Amino acid sequence: MGKQISNKAPRSQKQKWTRRGFIASGLVAGGALVVGVAVRPGHREKKMAKYMAAEGETLLSAFVKIAPDNTISAIIPHAEMGQGVLTALGAMVAEEMDADWDSLEVVEAPAHKDYASFIAGREFILGDKAIPSFLQDTINGAFMKLTAAMDLQITGGSLSVRYTGASGMQIAGAAARELIVIAAAKVWEVKPGELRTEKSYVYHDASKRSAPYADFAAEAGTSKPPINPPLKARKDYALMGKPLPRIDIPAKVDGSANFGIDATVPGMKYATVMAAPVIGNTVKSIDDKDARAMPGVIDVLNMGSYVAVVADGYWSAKQALDVLDVTFTTSGNEALSQDDIFTQYNTALDDALADGKSETLHKSGNITKAMDSAAEIFEVGYSVPFLAHACMEPMNATAWVRDGKCDVWTGTQNPLGMRGITAKILDIDPDNVAVHNQFLGGGFGRRAMTDYFSQAVELSQKTGLPIKLIWSREEDTQHDFYRPAAACKFKIGLDDDGMPVAWDHVFTHKLDPVESSLPCYDVGALKAHYVESPTHIPHGPWRSVDHTQHGFFIESAIDELAAKAGMDGYAYRRKLLAGKPRFLNVLDRAAKLGKWDEKLPDGMAKGIAIMESFGTIVAEVLTVDMRPESLHNDMPRVTHVACAADAGMAVNPDGFKAQMESGIIYGLTAALYGKISIEDGAVSQSNFHDYEMIRMDNSPAIDVDIIISDAKLGGAGEPGTPPVTPALTNAIFNATGKRLRSLPVSDFDFSKPA
Amino acid sequence: MVALIVNGKPQNIAMDPETPLLWAVRESLGLNGTKFGCGAGLCGACTVHIDGAPVRSCSTPLSAAEGLNVTTIEGVAGPDGTLHAVQEAWIAHQVPQCGYCQSGQIMSAVALLKETPDPTDADIDTAMSGNICRCGMYTRIRAAIKTAAKA
Repeated sequence: MGKQISNKAPRSQKQKWTRRGFIASGLVAGGALVVGVAVRPGHREKKMAKYMAAEGETLLSAFVKIAPDNTISAIIPHAEMGQGVLTALGAMVAEEMDADWDSLEVVEAPAHKDYASFIAGREFILGDKAIPSFLQDTINGAFMKLTAAMDLQITGGSLSVRYTGASGMQIAGAAARELIVIAAAKVWEVKPGELRTEKSYVYHDASKRSAPYADFAAEAGTSKPPINPPLKARKDYALMGKPLPRIDIPAKVDGSANFGIDATVPGMKYATVMAAPVIGNTVKSIDDKDARAMPGVIDVLNMGSYVAVVADGYWSAKQALDVLDVTFTTSGNEALSQDDIFTQYNTALDDALADGKSETLHKSGNITKAMDSAAEIFEVGYSVPFLAHACMEPMNATAWVRDGKCDVWTGTQNPLGMRGITAKILDIDPDNVAVHNQFLGGGFGRRAMTDYFSQAVELSQKTGLPIKLIWSREEDTQHDFYRPAAACKFKIGLDDDGMPVAWDHVFTHKLDPVESSLPCYDVGALKAHYVESPTHIPHGPWRSVDHTQHGFFIESAIDELAAKAGMDGYAYRRKLLAGKPRFLNVLDRAAKLGKWDEKLPDGMAKGIAIMESFGTIVAEVLTVDMRPESLHNDMPRVTHVACAADAGMAVNPDGFKAQMESGIIYGLTAALYGKISIEDGAVSQSNFHDYEMIRMDNSPAIDVDIIISDAKLGGAGEPGTPPVTPALTNAIFNATGKRLRSLPVSDFDFSKPA
Repeated sequence: MVALIVNGKPQNIAMDPETPLLWAVRESLGLNGTKFGCGAGLCGACTVHIDGAPVRSCSTPLSAAEGLNVTTIEGVAGPDGTLHAVQEAWIAHQVPQCGYCQSGQIMSAVALLKETPDPTDADIDTAMSGNICRCGMYTRIRAAIKTAAKA
């Protein structure tokens, strides 16, 4: 299958990529040794001085530091949003370094371009986002891929462990250990091979000598770092692959964890905002007489694209905002409804099929010929609604603009992007912007966006005050960057046995990643193509990005084919995956864990689905109970989800399991209830009463089987999400014979027997 | 001015008595462990206790707590910092992910176990379904409550 990733790049670029540039080390003030994996040689910032080495060094991404008291710190260029990244990346450094886990300190890197989680800056690749093929399987290639996929220090795409960890943290740890060993050998006048390391100590067993790493920091600081430090074999791991208590958890049980909303600045005032209900419209006029008279209100501001109230407290600001009489401009979008949007999508799909005008993403084989020779053609379409992220912590940021500088406190997946935008808003140098990243009360892709953050900066600039901006839940629900609503049509050619020989999949919208629309099965000649059908509703990454809709589309279509062929969904998939042992293994393990063959009473059934995303293959078997006495508020009751996942290995198995559990509930919530719908151009839903969530009383039991394979490390944050929706709708079909081709499930009435 | 007792300490809060208790403890007392989630009593992130009973502080006016004992997440551990059995169980089961809802979850769980020391699954469903966890850690919360009940 032709993945259309361009690998063309000027050959001359290769000259800049010398191994020498990747690892650097040196001593910093006070005698601490710092080892880092450089991201771009030849560039150094003053701000790195406290972490960085002496003159002439070209360190660009600091990862590990050994202090004189033998404390080892790992500096992590990713945000903690509950995925356990601080723990997992810390473990990866400590593993290769043989560092003492209990005394390891993990520090989140400040928003600074030297911490960008990619190796190559844009200037390095000359504005061409393509990945040179010769780099793809190297350290640099991994980071190049990250650059292409994301943008600057973004936490997302399930990338932290896969790229920063495997290509940065482990190598930094290994290099640091090697430097220390070589230095110890020199000081003790023995051969490096006679030394062993354990828990931040070097041992020379023959002479019964031992000493902390820090004792050799000075000597190590004079050495050139190793070019290619050897990494441990997986079988030798002492920390990776073993459950580690997450280091961020204790602060999350006693109220002491600092989230964005908890930032406190002396003299700060509170603001809350309202943008036009019809997204994109702007403020025409405000009648603020009553609002200004309310106690605690400091100012009412027309900010062009939104209205803000600044007050002594959030409550005062919100009360005043609620009494404002605001007129917004019109744009022509005021009459648009959700039905119009789906009609528009379906027209675009029909047009694309009629005139062939679509963008092809994947193509293999001769689809016309295969379709013509098929015994039967099966055509089907599916759609999915817009979805909000609904992070538990509503969007917020605290900004303080003063003396040509700006400090911002917030929880963000994109601190560097925010730094750049702040500098642009204020027309100041990015070095005068400090982003203080806090814990994120949920990210899921929403906190990669910079809108809320920009508002806080603008409000502080305008008022001259430190401003804590807090969005109401209603604002958060109605001004998201939504998982796009989407529609698709399949035309599938089948052979006499009902197996696919031609597969044409056309859909609306493409965000990322490009492989999300590729089925994992051998479906014969294939074409996956899309049309853009824009609306005024903004969209953005939502946990697992395009895999969410394609998981539902592809795995529903496959299930329909199985039913047509008179086979059960598991057996049909096994047949299609015959040539793919890794997938087959995951499918089998899920079927086993989920007791696929279990005899169930009428009204109960299981559904199965599998998808690879972000390098991890996940299969899920879901059990649903549709018996009238079992329904939950007239909705299907999901009793159990069995999940088998192959991510190569899991750095922190319990953390990985938690990510699967979380991804399943996140996806299942959307499948059951998730619907943002547009009426009169605006989002209809506003809070958790009409944008419902799974809660304790309808959360299923979940079992996770972590598969250890030889595969490269895959992601954890997102891959649990895509299979659960089709596993549910396939189970509902198996229980009731009713095939759901749109979502959410709550749109359908299951209170009466079919 | 509203007088009340917060985590055992008498406080006088100079705020409009209609201000939700949530914003009083956060903005006036600087007790930031109690979280804002929905502002409408729908998600439970703001759960605190008034005289031991769980309430949604985002929709409870400060005046409703006048003269009463309010406990926030900061007051759950013992005076010497010893964690409550529920907090210990939360760590043992590695419950929190993002952690934002967990103050509210813990407050609901502590209140449940006080009333019902050995809760059934149905008791847990009833007591905990007002608390949303967007990271979906419900199976861990349930297991942790059962562990805490045995402690």
